[in-house]
Amino acid sequence: MFQAFYALLKRDLLLAFRHRGELANPLLFFLMIVTLYPLGVSPETEMLRKIAPGVIWIAALLAALFSLENLFRSDFEDGALEQMLLSAQPLSLLALAKVLAHWLVSGVPMLLLAPVLGLLLSMPEKAILALELTLGLGTPLLSLVGAIGVALTVGLRRGGVLLTLLVMPLYIPVLIFATNAVTAAAAGMPIAGQIYFLASLLMLALTLAPVAIAAALRISVS
Amino acid sequence: MFSVMGAKHAREEPNPFRAFLLSSSNSPPILAIVDLECYRGDNLLFTGLAFQLREGQLMQIEGANGSGKTSLLRILAGLSRSSEGEVRWRGLDILRQRAVYFSEMAYLGHALGVKADLSPIENLKIALALAGLPFDEDAVYRVLERTGLQGREEIPARSLSAGQKQRVALARLLVCPAKLWIMDEPFTALDVDGVALVRGLLENHLEKGGMAVLTSHQAVEVRGDVVRLNLSDR
Repeated sequence: MFQAFYALLKRDLLLAFRHRGELANPLLFFLMIVTLYPLGVSPETEMLRKIAPGVIWIAALLAALFSLENLFRSDFEDGALEQMLLSAQPLSLLALAKVLAHWLVSGVPMLLLAPVLGLLLSMPEKAILALELTLGLGTPLLSLVGAIGVALTVGLRRGGVLLTLLVMPLYIPVLIFATNAVTAAAAGMPIAGQIYFLASLLMLALTLAPVAIAAALRISVS
Repeated sequence: MFSVMGAKHAREEPNPFRAFLLSSSNSPPILAIVDLECYRGDNLLFTGLAFQLREGQLMQIEGANGSGKTSLLRILAGLSRSSEGEVRWRGLDILRQRAVYFSEMAYLGHALGVKADLSPIENLKIALALAGLPFDEDAVYRVLERTGLQGREEIPARSLSAGQKQRVALARLLVCPAKLWIMDEPFTALDVDGVALVRGLLENHLEKGGMAVLTSHQAVEVRGDVVRLNLSDR
């Protein structure tokens, strides 16, 4: 059972590696939104410091959504998804492998880039730490929840708009708790509450989302 | 003539009566379709469809374009649901025993399930993992040689021709042994040798007590117990 999980994870990482160019897309998007803010709003340090948590988090959220769109697309088109559905292995586990692979190639690079962007927007050190923590808990959460929407819309020709409408409301709590934690950390307040909340949401998504993704895929392919 | 797993094949004594015994009406039907009804949109494709398949039998589904051949195959494979009726495998509805059914069934659809960016070997590796089987490099190379892909084992499937990609998908049927093969137009895109190859594989499969359901526009003569079903006549 876990052999299939690892094999699929390895396969997706290999495929991502063979398409390195596409990997950079969401990351560039993330980088661009954040760097355009000082130019568009104001280069004042005080102002940037104030909006930084929101800017970085909104950029991360949009980049995550943007990169998720093609999660099941190629497998749907070439029939690999059908073979996955017809595997004797539990589909939810296979779905989890795909989401994990996606997070490793899109979420982790964002996690690595975020501190640099934090410095760019002159965030205090404590806030950067909180930003990393919230992104570490939040990006896998975005991937898991977003994948449900992607699985539901993969059979549609123009699922993009519908995907955004489906997934955005579910992203909002994550955004609120995460930015709130970073702002609180910058002000020197405790952030344990928000972090615990994000962690519990992640656990909830980790256990329930794979089942929902599997059910959504079966509907989409039929 | 062909051998999938060399060692396994050697162990089995060829028995000329085996195929006959298996296809005799005494053996219970393994696959049974009960009162199947299918709509596409508002169009009724078929209703009250029922048939049974025993070990060693092949069912060839014929019919005009749009008569529901692919829809029927997708229902048989458990990919789509029928509006009425059920598909039974060893007496039980397949939707209630997906894991059991899927471990004994192989589906080869219009979309082949061959990743263009992976080589044939890598494609078969993932197929084996999904089937829960270990990867035996020698066996996989042998199967690829048998399906006419020697020398192309490690180049990306993207640079293979349509027929060669189809051969990769056929190789998947051979490395993951299944009792029931469901094939949607297995002869398209194949050259003369390819058609003969598929016919040989099917005959071999039936002889060993396997079953197959396939759609085909061409009349391909497969030796063995062949049942025909024409969806346009209904």
